[in-house]
Amino acid sequence: MKKEVARFAITHTQFVDENGNMNEDFPQDVPSSDILTQWYKTMVLTRVFDGKAINLQRTGKMGTYASSEGQEAVGVGLASAMQEGDVLVPTYREHVAQMMRADSPESAMTKILLFWGGDERGNMREGIGKDDFPACVPIGTQTCHAVGVASAFKIRKEKRAVVCTVGDGGTSKGDFYESLNCAGAWQLPVVFVIVNNGFAISLSRDKQTNSLTLAQKGIAAGIHFCQQVDGNDVVAVYEAVRVALQRARAGQGPSVIEALTYRLSDHTTADDAKRYRSSEEVKVARKKDPLLRSRALLERLGHWDASLEEELQKQSHASVESAVKSYFDIIENHPQTASDMFVFLHEHIPESLVQQQGRALSEKKGGIGGH
Amino acid sequence: MVDALNMALAYEMRVNKHVVVLGEDIGVNGGVFRVTDGLLKKFGRERVLDTPLSETLIVGMSIGMASQGLRPVAEIQFSGFVYPGFDQIVNHASRLRNRTRGVLTCPMVVRMPSGGGIHAPEHHSESVEAFFTHVPGLRVVIPSSPKRAYGLLLASIRDPDPVIFLEPTRLYRLGKEVVEDTGEALPLDRCFVLREGKDVTLVSWGASIHETLLATDALLKEGVSAEVIDVATLKYLDEATILQSVKKTGRLVVIHEAPEMSGFGAEIMARVLERGLYFLLSPPRRIAGFNCVMPLYRLEEHYIPSVERIVAEVRELLAAS
Repeated sequence: MKKEVARFAITHTQFVDENGNMNEDFPQDVPSSDILTQWYKTMVLTRVFDGKAINLQRTGKMGTYASSEGQEAVGVGLASAMQEGDVLVPTYREHVAQMMRADSPESAMTKILLFWGGDERGNMREGIGKDDFPACVPIGTQTCHAVGVASAFKIRKEKRAVVCTVGDGGTSKGDFYESLNCAGAWQLPVVFVIVNNGFAISLSRDKQTNSLTLAQKGIAAGIHFCQQVDGNDVVAVYEAVRVALQRARAGQGPSVIEALTYRLSDHTTADDAKRYRSSEEVKVARKKDPLLRSRALLERLGHWDASLEEELQKQSHASVESAVKSYFDIIENHPQTASDMFVFLHEHIPESLVQQQGRALSEKKGGIGGH
Repeated sequence: MVDALNMALAYEMRVNKHVVVLGEDIGVNGGVFRVTDGLLKKFGRERVLDTPLSETLIVGMSIGMASQGLRPVAEIQFSGFVYPGFDQIVNHASRLRNRTRGVLTCPMVVRMPSGGGIHAPEHHSESVEAFFTHVPGLRVVIPSSPKRAYGLLLASIRDPDPVIFLEPTRLYRLGKEVVEDTGEALPLDRCFVLREGKDVTLVSWGASIHETLLATDALLKEGVSAEVIDVATLKYLDEATILQSVKKTGRLVVIHEAPEMSGFGAEIMARVLERGLYFLLSPPRRIAGFNCVMPLYRLEEHYIPSVERIVAEVRELLAAS
């Protein structure tokens, strides 16, 4: 005898379509038009920052950089849903979420530039959410850290939760599955946001897995809140993460939210996406740009016009320029020393390292091949 | 040694509520070697966590816990299974302090049985210390007696940074030594001089200390006086104690169970050659595991440096100088 023992479904949510139209089920109470405006402004700032960062790399003033162009709505949505005491465990492409959780976007931008600009002080993250994790460069490993932070909250009975982002590529990794499995088994207060931007560098989403959605990967782990949202719709991202965090803090366990978006830029400045995707495909994706959509929505609501847009562009460029100025001021006028690679290795620097540090400090920067 | 380790864990869990232990089969089952036996009953499910079977997660989760001020002591059931967690140790645990300029830290211990000699199946007898000593930001500790196991484990849990704590499997039940539950830790950067001698310096660690001491007894009957140094804290290495001894004896033999090639013995020898070459009366020597896959158990007595091999090689060394 055979009988059905389990059945699952994944829903997809979109509140604002690509033309800025509100769908029927648009949440009426949240968010206010002020908030929508603020979200749009943050997305524009991030877009300007990305453009500037790429220019800095192209002109030899910064190292390899990973742009977040096209995925701004995911970061804005999830960071807006978080409380201060929550912990963000991000990938290396979550610039906007880090900016929103910093003392000021400028200070975060300067630190991001320092990091990609190869300065040890770019490892700094005071101000970027006290307990937040730094941008994780290895793929998917951060999901395990998120489980640990969430376990600590559960052990201490704290009403806090973790938001962990992971790319579509990261969902192929064992770390991701192991983390989801444990989060499900222990019903931990963690929200995994899969930023599905369509590519693991060159490998497109359809070639990564035969799984119909990435959200459903949480179902196998016994995670009860697994959803897909339009990741270019900031309202949909916000609403899903808000509910997921509410559940997490109430002890109702973990969630997986797959946000569908598109990486409009190259993987990093060292990549050339033309090698693996057509310009037609990118053209189609550009029509779904989260910034266009948010702006169209605001215009429809009567909260935006060309002069406000002009003013915003001006402000955003000024803000980015101020961060860039700080970046140059730090690397040019307050250069790091060789000590910077020794001092944070341990709480107390061991004797053998003191000797090496002395050696490093006594020598001028030498020549090495490649540069 | 099992009892001493258990006592150290219980002591620290009693005095520090932030200490949690986690791993596979460590709760209800008390660990496959019983190192965590009874802790679940004493400290409850919130501090003694039976994890799913996933080494990557065990280490990665410990990092997350440590970043929140807990003091996780993670057990990897056998060191041959640490490799999935190696990524987390190397890429994150060892670097979290540096990666955040001290804002987030990673005070955690990863414990695991180490080495062969207990007739275990494939992958259950590996000696992995050299993989970890190579990694900046880690400490690596391997005790060779119950007392040192107790004091060094306490020190490792109290250390503000990640420590890899290797437990020699064949010493778990070997030799009885009364250990007082004083809560006193041992330093994490000092060698232990176990025997004083004047003809040759024998440097070893972990289970090989056992054979080294037996060989020393045998050599003494032949009139050879060997000094024995236990490098229980491989990293950071107490180079001064070793150099001082070599200065006195003029001869150095490093004994370890891990394969000779790129083993930690090479590091010790390099340091002595760099800083104490002129103390030496004869070329230094390594007595180590052969550069083979750790054999299945019927050959392990041929693989692990034996008392006879140590005695014979020390004799050769002395005869040549």
